[in-house]
Amino acid sequence: MRASLGYRIFVHAMAAVVAVIILAPLAWLVYASLVPRVELLALPYHWWPRHWTAQRYADIFAAGGDVAGTFRYALVNSLIVACVTVVIALCVAVLGGYAYARLRFPLRRATLTLFLTTYMLPPITLVIPLYLTLSQFGLLDSKTGLIIMYCSLATPFALWTMSNFLSSLPAELEDAARVDGCSRLGALVRVILPLARPGIVATGLFAFLLCWDEFLYALVFTSTANAKTIPVAIAEFTGRNAVDFGLIAAGGVLATIPPVVIGVAFQRYLLGGLASGAVKG
Amino acid sequence: MAASRDRRGQAWLALALLAPAAVVVFGVVLYPALRALWISFFDVDSPMPGAYPFTGIGNYRDVLTDPLVWTAAGHTVYFTLVSTAAELVLGVLLALLMNAPLRARWLLRAIVIVPWALPTIVNGAMWTGLLNSQYGPVNALLTQLHVTSHYISFLGSPFLALNLVIVADVWKNTSLVAFFLLAGLQTIPHGLYEAARVDGAGPVRAFFSITLPLLRPTIAIVLVLRTMEAFKVFDIIYVMTGGGPASGTQTVTFLTYLKAFSDQRFGYGSAMAYLIVVVILVLSTIYLRLLRQSDMGAAA
Amino acid sequence: MSVRNHPGDGGVSRRGFLGFSAAAGATVLLGSACGAGGVGGGAGNGTGKIRALFMKQAGYSESDIRKMTAAFQKANPKIQVDVELVAYEALHDKIVAAAPAHTYDVVLIDVIWPAEFGSKRIVTDVTGKVSGGIRNGMLPGALATAEYRDHYYGLPWILDTKYLFYNKAHLRKAGVDAASLDTWDGVRAAAKQIKSKGVVDTPLAWSWKQVEALVCDYTQLLGAYGGAFLTPDGKSAAFQTGGGLDALTFMRGTIDDGLTNKGSITWIEDDVLKTFSQGQASFMLNWTYGYAGANDPKASKVAGDVGVLRTPAGPGGKRPGVNGSMALCVSGGSRNQAAAWTYITYLTGAPVQDQYATSSLPCWHASYDDPEVAKANPKIVPIAKEQLADLIARPQVPRYNEMSQVLQAQLQRCLAQGADPAAVLKSAADQAKRILA
Repeated sequence: MRASLGYRIFVHAMAAVVAVIILAPLAWLVYASLVPRVELLALPYHWWPRHWTAQRYADIFAAGGDVAGTFRYALVNSLIVACVTVVIALCVAVLGGYAYARLRFPLRRATLTLFLTTYMLPPITLVIPLYLTLSQFGLLDSKTGLIIMYCSLATPFALWTMSNFLSSLPAELEDAARVDGCSRLGALVRVILPLARPGIVATGLFAFLLCWDEFLYALVFTSTANAKTIPVAIAEFTGRNAVDFGLIAAGGVLATIPPVVIGVAFQRYLLGGLASGAVKG
Repeated sequence: MAASRDRRGQAWLALALLAPAAVVVFGVVLYPALRALWISFFDVDSPMPGAYPFTGIGNYRDVLTDPLVWTAAGHTVYFTLVSTAAELVLGVLLALLMNAPLRARWLLRAIVIVPWALPTIVNGAMWTGLLNSQYGPVNALLTQLHVTSHYISFLGSPFLALNLVIVADVWKNTSLVAFFLLAGLQTIPHGLYEAARVDGAGPVRAFFSITLPLLRPTIAIVLVLRTMEAFKVFDIIYVMTGGGPASGTQTVTFLTYLKAFSDQRFGYGSAMAYLIVVVILVLSTIYLRLLRQSDMGAAA
Repeated sequence: MSVRNHPGDGGVSRRGFLGFSAAAGATVLLGSACGAGGVGGGAGNGTGKIRALFMKQAGYSESDIRKMTAAFQKANPKIQVDVELVAYEALHDKIVAAAPAHTYDVVLIDVIWPAEFGSKRIVTDVTGKVSGGIRNGMLPGALATAEYRDHYYGLPWILDTKYLFYNKAHLRKAGVDAASLDTWDGVRAAAKQIKSKGVVDTPLAWSWKQVEALVCDYTQLLGAYGGAFLTPDGKSAAFQTGGGLDALTFMRGTIDDGLTNKGSITWIEDDVLKTFSQGQASFMLNWTYGYAGANDPKASKVAGDVGVLRTPAGPGGKRPGVNGSMALCVSGGSRNQAAAWTYITYLTGAPVQDQYATSSLPCWHASYDDPEVAKANPKIVPIAKEQLADLIARPQVPRYNEMSQVLQAQLQRCLAQGADPAAVLKSAADQAKRILA
């Protein structure tokens, strides 16, 4: 099946438009990170700067810096917290999602709603009791504490999306596997999961970026390079006396790199499942 | 007999499969959530434990009779409806585009991830900078193209500011919607399209008769997810406008933050939080009904 | 201090007293998870480990604080101090969240919080420990930073107020004499002159974003016009008439006359400094750091052309500066309060403050006659000496944050939307009455 030439030109043109809309603000963010402070404020506007500077990136990675020193640690903390959270949230969500997708049991809908309700509460109202609990378990300012918090944030939705993706797969496949002697879990792991890959990748990306972005819990529950995450580190770039927007921009540019790399690495798994032709109609 | 045994077996299996998720979620949330509910019936004005007067539904009554809350609720509903609608429409189009036969499709997907990967606090700072009334490139561009005659203080007028916060939010979060819908598209068997083509259906009809109906469960999920997050919008407002100008961008969660933290009126703040939950629940239920998801679990 | 991003708004009605709210002493104990949270602080034996919470912006830098702390530990080897720093914006919330968990022994607080934190016992009353030497040696405005109802809840550490900065080149070009900037009327006339000569289109820049910064500017003008926030009994608002109304009328007038940059209603102090540093404004009201900032050739186009004056006077000749100081306090949950107090007295002591005078001006009378201190900041110190002796405080009431949000919202209705000054202040005063009750 080959698309017409006109259609292909159209989708490429649209892709170019989308790329411009997304990249134009980002290009300015990169520009702001590489142009000296004074020039950012120049009037009339300098569309092409007279000077470039990579000083902010150097500052961010300089050890023991007054302002930006914690960024490196924050990058590592964010990666660890996000990755562990993704693994835990996906594991529990695949198991639970399977139950919602395939099993019939009492209070099925009510329990799912209850899970989702926890996500509706503004976190601001939970902060103080959570702080106290974390403090009592000695988990303040620790990556473990953040992981526990973030798993509770990511799981409700992961559960719902996984149940959706799993239930969209035909039950016959699983039945066939079970006729062949697989247990329920065996069929889940060997037959269903490979087909559910697009849903798993999208859900994983969701969980990862949830951790990557979360600000309030990280702000209140962390205090040193031990556990501070990227958003907290960047927020502190407001620095001494004056806000250098370029520094925030540089932090933001660096912060997008790991998720994009991970996204590109996994994007091909977004394809697949049924669309790749594993099952015909 | 056998059927009921199977039922019971399924229930036990479901319990076992859901137990880890329940521990992970409720192990963390249950205590603080119940505590917040409890507190919402008392006049708690300090984080310290102690004796506080019981006020029954007094906090709820105060919230619901506070004109500020209603103004903020208006902003929140506007923000939620406009941003989720925009994200959904743009997200569907973007998902179709990412699924289209493109050269370097991975590149488009990489580009689309970037706004999602940009931390919200940086996104807010970025748009504030772009829209700066003095040094922002948007003002420079508009005046140099003679669209405007002088620099505009974009975030200086309340309604415009609210809409521009929505722009910043949509720019970032459409990516999330698009990726979920892209994954949803993968669950639609190719055979259906081929059959439709044989029947003489064009791409537009195929979209409305096959793609959209089969995407409905995924649409339901992202719609509810984005509604919840939009209704709780906080970070981007905090960074871009601080609720101003003239309270024009103040939303209910922002107000909850002010009450519960700045003002230490924890009872009032908790009551507001639970009212927010009720509203989101109602909104989500309406969406799911509209999408004819009578069974939230199975199909969606 | 420099970046006061305390977001705010909102006239909130204090909850009306519901009939049954106070009924029958229906109270409950809201304990913590395992019943171990709570105030329960203790003096300790004056040694051991303490944790201190500071902020990253303004005043002393992180390396200053670490150096001071290292010197303290050398002098007091039995006390070990863990230092933590957060952004100003996070400081209040962190103190509140940590209060029931005994996390910190020493906390840095803003001048607007002693009433709130003191009345809730989040910080301890140290009135008995403030010696005569401190009471007589420190500037009264500084001491007032941590004072609420004649009790002291800490010692001042960072002392600041807003000054008037002007662009000498602009004044020269427009033929304005700097002496005319002695009063706000003079400033307005000068701005008109500058505007009419075409030097700058909008000579005035302010931090009027809907955050605490707006209240700081308003306070300073209210003081100049001889106004007061509260009635003498402290039970109702007094800003809706007299000086408070004149101040807002003046602010609104500068917008109507096209003298104030419209961006001001989205700006905090740092934005104001940027505009001034780019030569886009001739005047700004800003904290001490504005002087160094505007004179930094790397960041400013107007370096060398920056003049600084005491805040201009109103018609009655008054010219108090807004008290923008911060104080160090012993937290209510600290189990090592004696050691915490030792640390605080060290950091706030004259020797340490004099040593770091380039970062932040000292809180002590004598320091301003010390040639070493004067040398640290020769242009500012003589002016600061007079200005810091004459400070005006924002209302010291436990529910200040709510009151400030009401004020911010109503002031912005006037400044951003053109509502009548008298009407918005009346509305703010009505709401404030409930907050004060």
